[in-house]
Amino acid sequence: MNEDYEVVVGLEVHAELKTQSKIFCSCSTAFGAEPNTQICPGCAGFPGMLPVLNRQVVEIAIMAGLALNCEIAEICLFDRKNYFYPDLPRAYQISQLDLPICQKGYLEIDLDGKKKRIGITRAHMEEDAGKLVHQGNITSSPFSLVDLNRCGMPLLEIVSEPDMRSSQEARAYMEKLRSILLFAGVSNCKMEEGSLRCDANISVRPRGQKELGIRTEIKNLNSFRALERAIEYEAKRHIEAIEDGEKLIQETRTWDEEKQITLSMRSKEEAEDYRYFPDPNLPPVKIEREWVEKIRATLPELPDQAQLRLVDNYSLPPYDAVILTLTPEFLAYFDNCLAHYHDAKTVSNWMMGELSKHLNQNNMEINDCKIQPAALARMLSLIDEGTISGKMAKSVFEEMFASGKEPDLIIKEKGMVQISDESTLIKIIEEVTANNAGVVEDYRSGKEKALGFLVGQVMKATRGQANPAIVNKLLKDCLKGD
Amino acid sequence: MELYELGLRDLQDKLNREEVSIREIIESVLKRIHEVDDKVKAFITLDEENALKKAAGLSSKESRKGQIVGLPFALKDVFCTRGLRTTCASRMLENYVPIYDATAVSRLNAEQGILIGKLNMDEFAMGSSTELSAFFPTRNPWDLERVPGGSSGGCAAAVAAGEVPVALGSDTGGSIRQPASFCGVVGFKPSYGRVSRWGVIAYSSSMDQAGVIARKVEDCALIMNIIAGHDPLDATSANVEVSDYTSFLQPNIRGMKIAYPTECFQQGMDEAVKNLVLNALKKYEELGAIIEEVSLPHGEYALPAYYIIGPAEASANLACYDGVRFGLRDYEADNVLDMYCNSRSAGFGDEVKRRIMLGTHVLSSGYYKNYYLKAMKVRRLIKNDFDQVFKNFDLIVTPTTPTTAFKLGAELDDFLTLYGNDIFTVPVNMAGLPAISIPCGFSDGLPVGMQIIGQTFDEGRVLKAAYAFEQNTTYHNIKPSLGGEQR
Repeated sequence: MNEDYEVVVGLEVHAELKTQSKIFCSCSTAFGAEPNTQICPGCAGFPGMLPVLNRQVVEIAIMAGLALNCEIAEICLFDRKNYFYPDLPRAYQISQLDLPICQKGYLEIDLDGKKKRIGITRAHMEEDAGKLVHQGNITSSPFSLVDLNRCGMPLLEIVSEPDMRSSQEARAYMEKLRSILLFAGVSNCKMEEGSLRCDANISVRPRGQKELGIRTEIKNLNSFRALERAIEYEAKRHIEAIEDGEKLIQETRTWDEEKQITLSMRSKEEAEDYRYFPDPNLPPVKIEREWVEKIRATLPELPDQAQLRLVDNYSLPPYDAVILTLTPEFLAYFDNCLAHYHDAKTVSNWMMGELSKHLNQNNMEINDCKIQPAALARMLSLIDEGTISGKMAKSVFEEMFASGKEPDLIIKEKGMVQISDESTLIKIIEEVTANNAGVVEDYRSGKEKALGFLVGQVMKATRGQANPAIVNKLLKDCLKGD
Repeated sequence: MELYELGLRDLQDKLNREEVSIREIIESVLKRIHEVDDKVKAFITLDEENALKKAAGLSSKESRKGQIVGLPFALKDVFCTRGLRTTCASRMLENYVPIYDATAVSRLNAEQGILIGKLNMDEFAMGSSTELSAFFPTRNPWDLERVPGGSSGGCAAAVAAGEVPVALGSDTGGSIRQPASFCGVVGFKPSYGRVSRWGVIAYSSSMDQAGVIARKVEDCALIMNIIAGHDPLDATSANVEVSDYTSFLQPNIRGMKIAYPTECFQQGMDEAVKNLVLNALKKYEELGAIIEEVSLPHGEYALPAYYIIGPAEASANLACYDGVRFGLRDYEADNVLDMYCNSRSAGFGDEVKRRIMLGTHVLSSGYYKNYYLKAMKVRRLIKNDFDQVFKNFDLIVTPTTPTTAFKLGAELDDFLTLYGNDIFTVPVNMAGLPAISIPCGFSDGLPVGMQIIGQTFDEGRVLKAAYAFEQNTTYHNIKPSLGGEQR
């Protein structure tokens, strides 16, 4: 990116709140049901139906607000946001405009060991809309089908300040927000299921300039990667336009995942007038302070606290702490390993390395992992005890990951025990040296590299089971002695 | 007297004394409907078969458990009825059959009342004459060339014509009281939040309230005992204790303090109407009440503010009629925008469109502050006016309407005059108060109504004053001629 410019990013995130039932009726919120099976005359907007606020939504919204260091309103109000679309049955969305439930919060991101605070302007409750289903794609399909299952799913829209200055910061914010919401237990935050969605507001300005540049809003960012890419693309587009003397317009754009570009959806002039007004069906919600404090008392450990704990108690590097606290399940896995094993850094290395690699490759979550924390701990102990080498451990791990078998069983089945017994190894070494007299000569005449070949031959002869440290030492002794 | 001429309580007495059967009552009412509804045109849908079936189901004494066992009632077609077409007198919902009963309807059914049918109204409850029904106008039983009022004109006409003893209506700016006044019957609008709005098709959610139209005050009390009370399905339904309203049916009102606002006895009033209400106040004085003149200074702003708030809410409430899930749809349109436009253009009448446009306009960015917000402030001032008066008084009495029933078609093209009908009733909805309209005399053979307004949730005292007046007058005994001889 052109270093003369600075990109300014603010994010609007929609998180689906984890409740049993919808925000204004008692329909189930379960994901993936047959179309239009989780609806009632209420969420489908039939005549005479009225919304009744689900108290659990308020409770969870308060929990989220507290986890994001927000002020919780004493009175909040629902408004109608009016627009026509076939997936919006009442033709207005019940949302919050002037009196949102949460305001003035923040979270802290950690980038290259540097902490930065990102402001959260507000977070408000609203209902989700349904969705349209098309044959093929929206332009070629001869019809639209409407699935209202998602109508009335409770959402928290979390609006950040324009505090981010790069795509990396934006990603770090999203990841941190996700981990906070996950730790607080308020949302499943599954981007692929749409339970965490993100729109980005982007502008650029010459470095040192105070006023913000013309802003565009990018929609359809369905992954962390899409978020990063879209910001980078859009920033570049803005800078080029400015450099070329073109006029940017304030508009809403969409991210085209296939082409990896943003496309214009509508300009500010074409923007709809939502004609917000207070929903007369829903009285103002009074939030007693005792209620807030009661919820605050039940807040679980949050990522920041957990990171501190990992750094303080285990002397882990802050980077490790950030990765281990991406989800509460990942952290719990770490904590469970440590209940069976002493060295935090080793556990961290294996979790950030092999374990993460395998999970990613298989598109799995830690909860799907067949390796129990105690089994991983046992495997690490086997390395320490010298039963297996680090190299062998990797193949043991692979087998554990695939089958879920205990490490001891795998080692036994495959005869994978490490050979550390000196008399056994000396015999093999003698054979190897006898068969490679030329190489032995080379070594003795000063070719240090020849040793590596001989070690390799011993390992080969033992099918990798020889303890390499001991082989090294014995070989040197042997070659010196003769 | 024929059975169809009796009120609920009289019918109940007869049933208890086993002088009649439920079947006879229902048949009498149905027969009356068949005789006169061609002239009155009160019913949109008659549910004859089910009514007779229900009557048959209640033939054994053991099956009778409710408070209004076997007694007939009808509903303004704004109340959703499971399995029975609910049109709101609109082409939009001409074939709409709900899968749910409104809470008020469920409660009447649970008490074993028998639903006779659904009554005509101004489309989506917008209007004051029932001429704005998409299907046909209803006529005033006292003069078939005149309107019955509206929007619950079908209810008032049916009750006045003896087609049903009682009907549920809805009242957003006078839609129960004004037609009751025009048709010489009793129309009771409870406090906002008293009766659940769940299943009542919305016009203006912050003012809509279900209520009762009957020939006698005691029947209003009886029905209120059933339909009033908290409903968890309506977040604006009041969780306030409900009294036994029949306990207020006693004629002694000695010492009751009644105010009458100067402003309601001046501007553009029909002299005869004014004098009849003033006479009624004298009657109250004779009965021992204390009568004083007061001022409601912000009343003149009520109508303009009402015609901002009501349409604003309506513009959103009626947006759900988009042709996607139910109701009228243009199947020919080849894109969604055309489908919306064509369906809504064909489905809604002029007045409904007018109010949707009005409401859309006043909520638009740039206008919201000057219209909607200002109207909400006016609403607060109007409520404050009432609160001031109620510091010193129990009740406020006004005429229900400035005139008696006007001729069909007279105000059809002049909607501003039409809106003026509601000048005394609208402020009551804006303040959420309970009020009743009862007959207080006749002018040129047309009934005149008096409005009695009470404090929020003080329905009991309103009924008590209405009952006392009724017991000491005979207007409610005079029956309309239906174009024939007056009886």
